[in-house]
Amino acid sequence: MKQLAGLALILGVLGILNFVLPQALNPYFMRVLMLCGISVVLAVSLNLINGFTGQFSIGHAGFMAVGAYGSAMFSLHVGAGWVRTLESAGAPEAAAQGLALLVALMVGSVLAAIAGYLVGLPSLRLRGDYLAIVTLGFGEIIRVIITNVDAVGAARGLPGIPGWANFFWVGLAVVAVVVVSRRLANSTHGRALFAIRDDEIAAEALGVDTTRYKVLAFVISSFFAGLAGGLFAHYNAYLHPNSFTFLKSIEVIAMVVLGGLGSISGSILAAILLTVLPEALRSAQELRMVIYSLMLIVLMITRPGGLLGNREISLDFLRRRRSAGRA
Amino acid sequence: MLEVRDLDVYYGAIHALKGVSVRAESGEIVTLIGANGAGKTTLLRTISGLVPSRAGRITFEGRDITKMPAHEIVGLGISQAPEGRMVFANLTAEVNLELGAYLRRDRAGILEDRERVYTLFPRLKERRRQSAGTLSGGEQQLLPIGRALLWRPRLVLLDEPSLGLAPLLVREIFRTIHQINRGGVTVLLVEQNAHMALSIASRGYVLETGHVRLEDRASALLENPEVKSAYLGG
Repeated sequence: MKQLAGLALILGVLGILNFVLPQALNPYFMRVLMLCGISVVLAVSLNLINGFTGQFSIGHAGFMAVGAYGSAMFSLHVGAGWVRTLESAGAPEAAAQGLALLVALMVGSVLAAIAGYLVGLPSLRLRGDYLAIVTLGFGEIIRVIITNVDAVGAARGLPGIPGWANFFWVGLAVVAVVVVSRRLANSTHGRALFAIRDDEIAAEALGVDTTRYKVLAFVISSFFAGLAGGLFAHYNAYLHPNSFTFLKSIEVIAMVVLGGLGSISGSILAAILLTVLPEALRSAQELRMVIYSLMLIVLMITRPGGLLGNREISLDFLRRRRSAGRA
Repeated sequence: MLEVRDLDVYYGAIHALKGVSVRAESGEIVTLIGANGAGKTTLLRTISGLVPSRAGRITFEGRDITKMPAHEIVGLGISQAPEGRMVFANLTAEVNLELGAYLRRDRAGILEDRERVYTLFPRLKERRRQSAGTLSGGEQQLLPIGRALLWRPRLVLLDEPSLGLAPLLVREIFRTIHQINRGGVTVLLVEQNAHMALSIASRGYVLETGHVRLEDRASALLENPEVKSAYLGG
């Protein structure tokens, strides 16, 4: 009951913000805000693999691409038809589009999760650098496929995707990935993941099915990466293989590491920071990326464990900080 | 209870165990002694399924566990405290302990057993909110033992629990092992501290470069001139 009330509250707040924000902010700020949300979903989901489980994946852009193209193809060929039918039957526009978007996002996410399962399987036998190379290879394969398959637009990109994703849906995805991560972190399953990260052999010796959990982390993580991809597709209305290069994966890794491996709030903070920063630096013109890189270096030197280390910002944490400050 | 027969284990081209046979009866403390590289740790890890064997057979309570994956072997009631400080450094001492009960679902029983471990190792109770990586070396070494006990095992494999500890703490650890055993748990104990190990064990095996060199009652091994000169310092 309490959970239902919480869900209703979140939906309500997101619905109101979805109405208010586009009027309060100019379209540019709105775009940055949306991209922040999508980055948060990417970073928090990658944190499940790289932060919680201690595996090193550098193919997150690949999973994102699977979700983006999968959901976009669905909307172009199926979803758009549904919306036309529903609207001609008198359904309100937002409801028809929302329904079609939800189904498209699920299609993309599930496809990405399946890809995550397939990539997760060989990772059972691989560790560290070797796993990184497998995930890198996966990301590149996906990129090569979408650059060459004509049905998804190949190197021209995929235009005309319905722009159904609005603040409401991005906000909902952010809430979903954070809630799932937090719940996981506080569960037995989460502890199993942490145990694998800290010492895989000891975890195995305690009866943790390390194989199953590593694959599980990959599946959940790539599901949400696919979700982020789907949102990106339906917000941008256009997809191009260049959005899903190796650099995109690195960008997400930078968010997770900068935020502090394993910290959900750290990933959120860093995702926002690393999305806003390049925009805020636009006035520096050609020095923009130089300053951006320098700031990254300085941040990592001054806070080697990441912005938050493996701590979390929560009400409880802030309370403890305050009482510790008084004592 | 546990029977290992003609076990062969290779690490790549290295023949680490050459036809090793060992057994432990219910309620015993059996110790494996031997120098570095004799294969003691390898044997424990093969029993618990962490290292694959090439030939031979391991049975536990009549069941063949030779090819069973590690997490299923734990499920049968064998738990292992791996060598040295195999702790989950970023998790608190308490969570480390509770991970020992990872396969258990009886919350009340887990808490009760956790208290028992705290009674055995009061130091861990003091440090329970600290992350394991910040504990002292000795405290870190207690954690895997406590963790192994939280599973309420019938057989516990202890790998060098006294390694690098102060003499006072060593004695305490051995006393604890004795206590655990009296609680009905069969113990397979790998040790370099041969004197201490043999004095609490009922039987012992001496391993040498992958072979079982000697096998006898512990009291007899303590008196054995060969063992005396090689492992007991005269």
